[in-house]
Amino acid sequence: MATGGTIKIMQGNEACVEGALAAGCRFYTGYPIEPASEIAEGMARQLPPAGGIFVQMEDELASVIALVGASWGGWKAMTATSGPGFCLMQDGIGLAAITETPCVIVDVQRGGPASGQSTAPSQGDVFQARYGANGDYSLIALAPSTSQEMFEFTIKAFNLAERYRVPVIVLADEIVAHTRERVYIPPADQIAVVNRKQPAVPPAEFLTFKPDADGIPPMPAFNTGYKLCVISQVHNEKGFRAKGKEGAALIRRLTDKIEKNAGAICEVEELYTEDATTIVVCYGSVARCARRAVKDAREQGWKAGLLKLNTLWPFPAKQVKAVAARAQRILVPEMNIGRIALEVERASGGACEVIPLPKLDGKCHIPAEILAAIKGGCR
Amino acid sequence: MHSLAQRVLRTEQLPFTFCPGCGDGIVVQMTARAIDELGILDRVCTLGGVGCSSWIATYFNVDFMKVPHGRALPAAMGLKLTNPERKVLVFTGDGDCVAIGGNHFIHAAHRNIDLAVIMLNNQIYGMTGGQVAPTTPAGAITVTSPYGKIEPPFDACELARAAGATFISRWTTAHPWQLLNAIKKAIQHPGFAFVEVVSPCPAQSGLYIQGSSDPVQLVEWMQQNYITQEEMDLLSPAEREGRTLVGDFLAAIRPEFAARTHELIDRLKEEK
Ligand SMILES: Cc1ncc(C[n+]2csc(CCOP(=O)(O)OP(=O)(O)O)c2C)c(N)n1
Ligand SMILES: [Mg+2]
Repeated sequence: MATGGTIKIMQGNEACVEGALAAGCRFYTGYPIEPASEIAEGMARQLPPAGGIFVQMEDELASVIALVGASWGGWKAMTATSGPGFCLMQDGIGLAAITETPCVIVDVQRGGPASGQSTAPSQGDVFQARYGANGDYSLIALAPSTSQEMFEFTIKAFNLAERYRVPVIVLADEIVAHTRERVYIPPADQIAVVNRKQPAVPPAEFLTFKPDADGIPPMPAFNTGYKLCVISQVHNEKGFRAKGKEGAALIRRLTDKIEKNAGAICEVEELYTEDATTIVVCYGSVARCARRAVKDAREQGWKAGLLKLNTLWPFPAKQVKAVAARAQRILVPEMNIGRIALEVERASGGACEVIPLPKLDGKCHIPAEILAAIKGGCR
Repeated sequence: MHSLAQRVLRTEQLPFTFCPGCGDGIVVQMTARAIDELGILDRVCTLGGVGCSSWIATYFNVDFMKVPHGRALPAAMGLKLTNPERKVLVFTGDGDCVAIGGNHFIHAAHRNIDLAVIMLNNQIYGMTGGQVAPTTPAGAITVTSPYGKIEPPFDACELARAAGATFISRWTTAHPWQLLNAIKKAIQHPGFAFVEVVSPCPAQSGLYIQGSSDPVQLVEWMQQNYITQEEMDLLSPAEREGRTLVGDFLAAIRPEFAARTHELIDRLKEEK
C-alpha cells in the first residue's frame, strides 16, 4: 500500500460516491431507487460543497439525458439506479453511445423483470447493460465485488468514459452496495484521472465527429467556438444526418473503438489458473464466495482456479479462451439464469465443458455450493 | 444570400427540409433575427427533440444538440446548469413537448430554469404522417383518429402556467413581428420562458384538419381564428366560439433554478 491516504469503513455505495468525486465527477442527476439510494444521498450531500451539482430529476429518462447535456457542457457526470430505472435509462444510454458522450451509469442490480425484488441482490441485468438500447453500439461495463472495488472501478469507469467517449456502466449488486468494509482511499495526487482529449486543430477546421487515428474524436465543450453538431441520428463526421456508407462507417466505428480495444480495456484477476483443471469464472459479489470455494478446494487437494472478470463488456474473451484451453471444465456461478455462461461458452469455443451455476432466489451462492460443484457434485 | 443568414444561420444546412408553406421557416427567421438583434450568437446553444419542428434547432450557426423524441428539456437543463451564462434555446413540437416530453415539460417549467422553449403547434404529428396529437382539436379526423378525435385538445400555455413557467406567450406564424418580439423577450427572461407558435402544416393538419393545403388559406385561417384579447373583446360570445387567444400572457419574476443552484455552491464555498 502506498503511503498517505485514508482508511475508512464504508458501504459499496458510499465508496462509489468517494470514487466519483475523486475522478472529478461534478454533476449528478438521478431518481431514488433501492438498492442504489445511498449513492444519490451521498452525492446530494457531497457535490455542492465540492462545487458540483446534484439534481433529483422527475424520472430516470431525464436523469441520463441530463448527463449528456452536462457532459457536453464540459463536466463529468454520473447517475445511479437499479433495474427498473436502468430500463428507462436505455433511451439516454443509446443517445450517449451515438453522440459519444462520456458518462457513468451505476446499476445496483436487483432481481427479476419489472419491479423485481427491490432489496435482493441479482446479476440479472448483465445483458441489458450490453444490449439494452436499440441498434448496434458498444459500451463498457465493470463489475465490482467489494467496497474497495466500488471505489476503484468508479474511478476507472470515469477514466474509460473519458478515454473512449462512451457511457460506462458500473454493474454492482445489492451485496456489494450495502456491505460495509474497509476501503483504502489514496491521496488525491496518487489517483490517475483521465480527461477527454481536446481538438488539435483550430475551430474552423474542426468537425464534431471526425475521429483521430485511434478512432476517437476530440471533444470540446459547448460554447467554446467549435459550432458543434451533436445529433442522435446516424450522422457523418460533420454531425449531419448520413445514410449508406457514411452511416455504416459510424456504426462500425462506435463498435470498433471498444471491441478492437478490448485488450487495453479488459481486466481480469486470476488465481491458481496455471494448473487448474476446474476454473470458476465469476464476477461481482459472487466472486467473493467463489474465491473462498477455490481456496478451500485447493486446501483439500482439488486443482481449482479462479478467473474473476472485472470487465464484463467488452467481454474478456481472450482471457477466457486462454484458461479454457488449459482446463477441463469451467463453472460459472451467477445470480441470474446463466447469462455470462453463454459468453464463456462462446469464448471457450468448445475447448472445455462450461457448466452454469444459476441462482435466482435473491441470494448469493454460498462457498460450500461452489465447492461442491468443483468437486463434481454438480449435475 | 441575405446577410442575416450569413451571420446567424448554418448556411451549409440550407435549403430547409420543411415542406412548401410550412410555418417552421418563419420561426427560424424570427429566431435568427432575435439572436442577431440581441447580439448573443456566441452564448447561444440550441436543442431539439424529434419531429419536423425540432429540426429548427439545427439551422443556426451555434452549437446544437438534437436528442431523442421528447428529451430536449433534460439535455437543455444539463447545458444550462453547467454554464448559467449560456443562452439555451429549445425547439420542440406539440407532440414532442406535450405528449412524450410532457413530464419533462412540467418539471422544467416548475423548476423555473432559465430556458427559452419554443413549441411549434401544428396540431398534429407532422413528421410521421399526420397522426393525432394532444393538441389536435376534438372531433378532428386524422390517420389515427379516423372516426374523429375523442379527447379535447391540450392547451400548452395553460399547462405551462399551471406548472410554473414565468414567461408565456402564444403567437402564430401569421404574426411574425409579434413573434419576433416574444422570442426576444423569452430569451432575455430570467426563468422558464415558453412561446407557443401556431404553425401551419399544409401537408398534414392543413389537409386533415383545416381542410386546405393552400398556404395562403392557412394564413387566413390563422388570422381569423387566433386573435388578441382586444380583437376578442369586439366579438359576441357566439363569435368567440372556436377562436384562440394570442398574446404575451405572463412575465413574472420568480427564483430561477440554475442561479439558485450556483448560489448554493457559492454559499457552501464561503462557509468552508
Ligand atoms: C421514441 C420515439 N417514438 C416515436 C418516434 C416517431 N416520431 C418521430 S417525430 C414524431 C412526432 C412528432 O410530432 P411533433 O412533435 O408534433 O413534431 P412535428 O413533426 O409535428 O413538427 C414521432 C411520433 C420517435 N422518433 N421516437
Ligand atoms: Mg406537431
